Amino acid sequence: MSNVRQSWYEAGARERIAALVDAASFAEFIGPERREISPHLSIFDLPAQFDDGIVVGAAAIDGTPVLVAAQEGRFMGGAFGEVHGAKLTGLLRAAKALGRDVVIAFDTGGVRLQEANAGEIAIAEIMRAVAEARMAGARVVGLIGGRAGCYGGGGLIAGCCSTLIVSEQGRISVSGPEVIETNKGVEEFDSRDRGFVWRTMGGKHRTLIGGADVFVDDDATAFREAARAALARPAGLDAAMLSAEQARLERRIARFGDAPDATDIWRGLGIADPQAIPDMPAAGFADLAAQYRESADDAR
Amino acid sequence: MEILHFDIAAPTPATGTRAMALVGVVASGNLEVLLERSDVSDRCVIEVTTAAHGFRDLWDAVTADFVARRAAGGLRIAINDGGARPDTVSLRLAQGVRMIEEPEA
Amino acid sequence: MTPAEILDSLFPAGHAVTSEGDLLFGRATLGDGMVHVIGATGGAPIGIDQAIRLSARVLEVAGSDDAAPLLFLVDTASQRMSRRDELLGLSEYLAHLAKTLLLAEAQGHRTIGLLYGGSAAGAFIATALACGTLVALPGAHPEVMDLPSMARVTKLPIELLEEKAKATPVFAPGLDNLVRVGGIAEVWDVGRSLGDQLTALLAHSRSGDDRATVGAARGGRPKAAAIADEILATAQR
Repeated sequence: MSNVRQSWYEAGARERIAALVDAASFAEFIGPERREISPHLSIFDLPAQFDDGIVVGAAAIDGTPVLVAAQEGRFMGGAFGEVHGAKLTGLLRAAKALGRDVVIAFDTGGVRLQEANAGEIAIAEIMRAVAEARMAGARVVGLIGGRAGCYGGGGLIAGCCSTLIVSEQGRISVSGPEVIETNKGVEEFDSRDRGFVWRTMGGKHRTLIGGADVFVDDDATAFREAARAALARPAGLDAAMLSAEQARLERRIARFGDAPDATDIWRGLGIADPQAIPDMPAAGFADLAAQYRESADDAR
Repeated sequence: MEILHFDIAAPTPATGTRAMALVGVVASGNLEVLLERSDVSDRCVIEVTTAAHGFRDLWDAVTADFVARRAAGGLRIAINDGGARPDTVSLRLAQGVRMIEEPEA
Repeated sequence: MTPAEILDSLFPAGHAVTSEGDLLFGRATLGDGMVHVIGATGGAPIGIDQAIRLSARVLEVAGSDDAAPLLFLVDTASQRMSRRDELLGLSEYLAHLAKTLLLAEAQGHRTIGLLYGGSAAGAFIATALACGTLVALPGAHPEVMDLPSMARVTKLPIELLEEKAKATPVFAPGLDNLVRVGGIAEVWDVGRSLGDQLTALLAHSRSGDDRATVGAARGGRPKAAAIADEILATAQR
């Protein structure tokens, strides 16, 4: 362990895993030496990557065995293709079989369009595998704070996790800003207005409305500590939990369904100066959020 | 995709015991380099897969320079290229040798 | 076919399914048994308001101990693309809908998706693809993204995409392509009773998610099943 702070946002998939798990505990499944590359990218004359943009394997956190996955957001935007998705599906099925917790470092734009049909079904297979692993007693902890954010089907998978840990950079949404703007016009969504994008989809907003559970600084150590805490939380997925989520999500529409902007929601939560939120440092924001946020505990 | 093969006489064998090393990422202007051991300690074999066609001479020069200057003997190297510049290629190759020579944890 | 025609062919013994806007809710008689019915129709997008009403009903079904199957009629657009839906956390609402379907299945209700029109992207994942078995009617037109949008995002000419789509089922929209990658179990014959075909489907029990295996057998997804199986086996070693 070094004392040098490591940015989660800047780190690659393998660096994130190294920062998360106990030293020398990681054993990769179907590593790059196997060259299990996408069979489809060459159709588009696009270069493949030996791990297809996701690293999966077994490791330990504080001596406790876990399964771990990290997406590489710099390769094809971390998007889900056939092989990429199947690696995560297999890992989650192992989590169910072994009753073992999983930590997933998301960094994805969603489905990889060059293999869209395979990627779309992979997302559905992964969501099913997450739910089944959780019903079998495994925790599935999602970490979101990478370059690509967590968009499209990635956002749906995240919504199936037990606990979500985000940094400010951890944008979660279904349609990306450019997609909404292209389809609905700049009046509906100005993808170039960075402040607007981040307060609508970013980690702070998601934390405040209960779309994410734990807010951390853009620091690999902070992600590790938050993951450790999340792995100590109760496990499971049952009818009571989904009924509580139903009530939580209905309440959100009832309270904030007419809010034109995130700042209106934040004010509605009781925050006196919502305009100050975007520039607030992580520690100060986490304290404020703890006081005012909508919690999703036992309701996700 | 264009696939280029290089099989170069390598004066200095790579040390260490790691079976493989991986550096870089396939992204615009970047590349990934996978290094593995072969049983021919005085040769370095490099295979490049690149979407940027027609740069064989440049790859020839960069790989020859790498093998001349680094301990590349006994290495089998596979590269997926996202259109990296020669200086980036040299940097990644050097990082790769350093990583495969590191003591095992 | 319209939803009314489909329901008549599925349930000649009678059904009580009512529409609320573009959504359907109700139950029907099939043979000696009962089937819960929900629907997302009219080719409409699925936003938070639609998803939360569907999930409310699916939770009721999940909580009932009748072990009756749930049939989900699907003809939607994509997820609703709007500032409001994303601001309020559409990803959570769609994930929640999918989870309620998976819960209902885990609690003993077979979930059957019947895709009779369009569906796309996140809406497709949260509805049809979250069912235990997905079947389609001829003429259904699922897609992840339409080719013109795909051309914009991938920066490839649409003519090139159309050309490549002939050689592989892996990326282009369309029912046949989704069948070949294993996303759709079977396409029903509208010349025969849909009720008989549903009865036949329900007579075969289903174990596990076999979509990747089916996709490999149909030549649409050559690697997914083998990769997932190997990782499962390696992790258990």
